[in-house]
Amino acid sequence: MTDIASTSDSLLSAGGSHARADRIFRLGALASGLVVLIILGLIVVSTSIDAWPAFSELGTDYFFGTTWSPSEGLFGILPLVFGTIVVSAIATVLAVPVSVGIALFVTEVSTKRVGSAVNLTVDLLAAVPSVVFGLWGFYQLVPVFQPVLNSIAGLVSGIPVLRSIFGQSSGVGFMTAGTVLALMITPIVTSVSREVFMTVPHNDRLGALALGATRWEMITGVVLPHSSAGLTGAVLLGLGRAMGETVAVALLIGASPHISANLFGRGEAMPSQIFRSLSEASGTFRASLFGLGVCLFFITVLINMVARRVVAVADRRLKGA
Amino acid sequence: MSETSKVAPHSLEGAEIATRRRIKNSMATLAMACAFLMAATPLLLMSLTVVVKGIGVVVSADWWSQPIPGDVGRVDLAGNTTMCDLGFGDPATCAGQGGITTTVKGMQPAIVGTLLTVVGASMLAVPLGVMGAVYLNEYGKSGRIARTVRFMTEVMVGVPSVVMGVFIYSIWVVKFGTAGKSAFAASLALACLMLPIIVRSTEEMLRLVPDSLREASAALGTRTWLTTIKVVVPAAIAGIVSGCLLAVARAAGETAPVVFTIGFVTTTNWSFSGQNTTLSAQIYSQLQNGGNVATQLAWGSAVTLVLIVLVLTLSARFVTRRFALG
Repeated sequence: MTDIASTSDSLLSAGGSHARADRIFRLGALASGLVVLIILGLIVVSTSIDAWPAFSELGTDYFFGTTWSPSEGLFGILPLVFGTIVVSAIATVLAVPVSVGIALFVTEVSTKRVGSAVNLTVDLLAAVPSVVFGLWGFYQLVPVFQPVLNSIAGLVSGIPVLRSIFGQSSGVGFMTAGTVLALMITPIVTSVSREVFMTVPHNDRLGALALGATRWEMITGVVLPHSSAGLTGAVLLGLGRAMGETVAVALLIGASPHISANLFGRGEAMPSQIFRSLSEASGTFRASLFGLGVCLFFITVLINMVARRVVAVADRRLKGA
Repeated sequence: MSETSKVAPHSLEGAEIATRRRIKNSMATLAMACAFLMAATPLLLMSLTVVVKGIGVVVSADWWSQPIPGDVGRVDLAGNTTMCDLGFGDPATCAGQGGITTTVKGMQPAIVGTLLTVVGASMLAVPLGVMGAVYLNEYGKSGRIARTVRFMTEVMVGVPSVVMGVFIYSIWVVKFGTAGKSAFAASLALACLMLPIIVRSTEEMLRLVPDSLREASAALGTRTWLTTIKVVVPAAIAGIVSGCLLAVARAAGETAPVVFTIGFVTTTNWSFSGQNTTLSAQIYSQLQNGGNVATQLAWGSAVTLVLIVLVLTLSARFVTRRFALG
């Protein structure tokens, strides 16, 4: 297949307007492809330049400072990093079992027609804009979550460690934002898991069933072991998506940058802080926000690279087997 | 196999399945179905809430033709004497005093702004994305450049939208000041977001085109570029259009990259230059304002936005079904 272009070239002999058109077209296509690399490069260079004052003036106070308080001129990003990690961890822990369950339901249990209805529902969930999740969460979920979270806090108030992890809630906070975020990343984790499960050879499934395994035994004995690498990739992709989600988290996390063990309490995440403040910020504050953007970029790019590698390696191994 | 006494009489496999294993299996199946319900129920509740709360303002002609009520937008105390005038207060008591009932609830500026930014972003991202995919699948194939671009495209899909906003803010708004905030700047940010999605989906569609078509065209002495334009792209056009529509739907709903780059207006601006606003930005800022009118405006914007996104998403599915490769 790769030789067809050169074969037709030689048939037509060198030169002619078509050869030139082909060269121009090829260059145009190449340039368009390179735009992706150029944009990624520009993102790194341009945002790093704007963030440089924060990196150079604040130094370790920036990366390891535990207080983020722009009004006092304190820009330690650890509380924001903490918030981002906590919220996306909650989201991932909640979303992964549900997503894997849905993906198994579609690939192993349901009929084709029911399966496509389930897929349509998941696609629609993916289509809902982030800000609509935030709006719904803010007006509908927060009033429901506050009494529920507080009654859980009441239940565990006598138990030493749990008492500080599940403390009082004002409705908004890590848990509320994390729950809504879980809904938002469910579609991507589901669709990647579904693709992973579909690569499991059909004969292996039939073999397990022929040995008398129930469907669940077939899933735990054949499908899941076969998919472990692919599922790791799916989880990482979901985590990467969760870390970058902005508006819904900004509306639900409570805008209070501090490190605390209370998962029901208020906090703040990196993207939310950028989103809230960038338009009005100036000087060191603005540089610090650009710095958050740079950190967020590198964290999510790293997670995505690892995820893609894991999935690609798993794919290759399956095809080779 | 301790419980072999309980045999499933005519089970499909014809095997003896112990009760405990069968129960475990049923529980697992039930759990999987429940997983689906856990995702579907919030979606259903959310859609119902958005429609019930927002449909009231959306069905009036004012919504589509009038400017956004500015006093609600800024909650300006000057000249407003009652809570009703400001859009706060109980609707029942305010009903007789003007205020809420007399406020003309329009959202035309945001609807126009959403269309402008999305059209602008598509004009930038669709040609670049499709051409980039053509390079990957028709020219670069598995060469080093193509492999790098392909991998970086996958990575770029995962870059958070807020980072795209920060990037455009850095290269555009920081350089040109507030004057740089415009529908065009927002289009740039959304185009960065759409580009990798379009490259990826288009390449997947081009890969589905059978090589026999390319070979037939090449056998007639056609160059690769002409084969691509006349044979390969037309064969994959349904999938390409569907992928682009999904990217547009994603961009239309984005808030984070738009808010810093577009500014704020309450009157319709049909131009790519000058500050503008979008539905998603309005949902956020009206929610920040609070009060009855602002809340209604937020829910109404949500209905309108969901409607736009839904139409785009469903037409993408329709295009795939209707015109898919035989």
